[in-house]
Amino acid sequence: MEVRTQDKYTLTFWEKLYIPEILKGMKLTLEQMLKKKDTREYPEEKWVPPPSYRGAPVLVLERNGVERCVACGLCSRVCPALAIEVQAAETEHEKERYPELFEINMLRCIFCGFCEEVCPEEAIVMSPTYEMVFTRYEDAIFGKDKLLMSAEELAPRLEFLRSHR
Amino acid sequence: MITITIDGKEIQTEPSKTIIEAAFEHGIYVPHFCWHPALSISGNCRMCLVEVEKMPKQVIACSTRCMDGMVVHVNSEKAVQAREAVMEFILINHPLDCPICDEAGECKLQDYAYHYSVGESRFDEEKGLKRKRVALGPRVLFDAERCISCSRCIRFCEDLAGYPELTFVERGDHVTIETFPGRQLENPYSMNVIDICPVGALTSRDFRFKARAWDMSETPGVCPGCARGCSMDMWVRQNEILRLTPRENQEVNNFWMCDRGRLESFRHVHEETRIEQPMLRKDGVQLAVGWDEALAAAASELRSWKGDTVAVIASPYDTCEDNFLAARFAREILTTQFLDILPHVEAGDQDEFLLREDKTPNSAGARIAGVTPVDDAHNLDSIVEGLQSGKIKAVVVSDVRAHEHAGFMQALGKAQFVVAIVSNASALTERADVVLSASTFAEKLGTFLNFEGQLQLLRPAVNTTENERWMGAFAMSRLDKFASEFDRWGRMKRYDARSAGRVFSLLAQLMGGKWGYDHPEDIFEEMAKRIEALHGLTYEGLGRWGVRLGSEQPGHLLPYKYSDVRP
Repeated sequence: MEVRTQDKYTLTFWEKLYIPEILKGMKLTLEQMLKKKDTREYPEEKWVPPPSYRGAPVLVLERNGVERCVACGLCSRVCPALAIEVQAAETEHEKERYPELFEINMLRCIFCGFCEEVCPEEAIVMSPTYEMVFTRYEDAIFGKDKLLMSAEELAPRLEFLRSHR
Repeated sequence: MITITIDGKEIQTEPSKTIIEAAFEHGIYVPHFCWHPALSISGNCRMCLVEVEKMPKQVIACSTRCMDGMVVHVNSEKAVQAREAVMEFILINHPLDCPICDEAGECKLQDYAYHYSVGESRFDEEKGLKRKRVALGPRVLFDAERCISCSRCIRFCEDLAGYPELTFVERGDHVTIETFPGRQLENPYSMNVIDICPVGALTSRDFRFKARAWDMSETPGVCPGCARGCSMDMWVRQNEILRLTPRENQEVNNFWMCDRGRLESFRHVHEETRIEQPMLRKDGVQLAVGWDEALAAAASELRSWKGDTVAVIASPYDTCEDNFLAARFAREILTTQFLDILPHVEAGDQDEFLLREDKTPNSAGARIAGVTPVDDAHNLDSIVEGLQSGKIKAVVVSDVRAHEHAGFMQALGKAQFVVAIVSNASALTERADVVLSASTFAEKLGTFLNFEGQLQLLRPAVNTTENERWMGAFAMSRLDKFASEFDRWGRMKRYDARSAGRVFSLLAQLMGGKWGYDHPEDIFEEMAKRIEALHGLTYEGLGRWGVRLGSEQPGHLLPYKYSDVRP
């Protein structure tokens, strides 16, 4: 087999002088120092996602303290990862049904947003939440207590959904 | 005989038949809402409009009689247009609340909206507002907005159940359904209106919002509520029966089922009284033990009471297979002739439609399987007498409702040793020395024989630790298929129960019997060999509707199966 050897790189005169090359490098460094930075000091400085971001799915809580969800179970049916469990029950409110139990298994969830897309009530939406850490399996199953989020907090996402309907 | 042509297919039929009847008989589906093969003709939904050549306009197939040479088009352009117009008209005032409607997934209107509708509405105005959540009776709720005024429920109550309780009131788009003044929809068959309602206007108060239709598995079974043995479907989610619905079987119950059977016959399967595992009395206290220990204790004690000092009370709630082995256990292993079943009769609770006085599903089956006293000196009365006099000292009981017989229970107090093979706790299990947890009708494979001689197959719908290995035979929902052990909906409650037949078989083996069966189908094979009435029968041969024993075959309401003709 033919072995190719690389020719030895021969420095030019200016390169041999050394100093100009150091100055070149320092110029590059100085330029970068004065430029706008693209990194941030997470976790001290948090990133706020744009409204199109699909974070953890949450349930919308209306101003009157009632969840929008009518427990139709369509999100549970459409969920490709079978992450959602819903148990309906009757309520005195005009909407007749409410979710007695609503659980999303965040370990199963793949953040696809199908639940949000299928929901007839705009009751389950993808929130900007992206920080989820669990140390126990049970902690990863979010019940209604962790899922409900006020409509004001979700306003950007709801506005985004309306404008892209 | 006349000849008509439907969609190019020539059909021989009678002039007394309507077009829709002729079409269904020959497997041609004609969409319809108000027509039902078992009800009178109303002709008010107009959904079955078809084009008939030489007729000036489209006619309704449900009330137009066939004429010789008639040429009918169900799917011609005119017929399709007419149907689309009818669908658009019906949907004008129908609310778009499928997501909260219990009927969704099994709704005729929803299905037809996909099959026969253009998918768009030109109606810009406000939909009509009507009453919602109206309790028509103790078991049925009515939503007037969803109602399409087909009158099926009215006709069912009037014509079939014989209780005229419902009627239309108001006119035009104000029309709605109301009970007669001072009346309620409370007849013993009232819940059938829920099944025949083509929309979600009539819903069950018991099942309301419990589960979506697509989340449950559906297993064909037989109602254990009375000797009629109505064919029904068991709807199960997370290993729990949530509802029963009647299944078309023209040899038994046509399309119907009584409210009592529908609501009460399955409750004991999930009741708190359910015995979760075998129990054994030690020093006067009942302790939960394993199967091996309980069976060994029962067998060793029974060994000392052989002959006519033992009696066996089999169960008309158990399958023919269970009773066959109960009889063999009594005669061959215990060598006793004291063998009978307890009757469970509610005198007077019987009618011409479905209800039977005999509130057990398989009394006839127990008799045919061999639980028949050889003579009057060995029947139930003699057993009770023998217990009273102390002649009979040990009893094996597999009747889950034996405690309802005060006389028998009082006599049982005198017995020295009682084995109970039952599913639920009662005064009987309190008295018993060994309790062997039995599976219920919903957890086993087997056969029930009704009072008319219809032998029907039961299939397991609920999982126990025993029938797990027959998982292939189970109807499974999507959740059952994809659950992992970490999902709560996958970790379902299962009882450590075994069928009575299996228990008798295990006891027999412990007591020196040379026979034992692992699977009910093996037992049935043996029964078909030994019992003349069952010669040549197999589980496969029983099919969906069962087989009528004896020479007299049942008359059918229709010459076809309504639920088998599909679009």
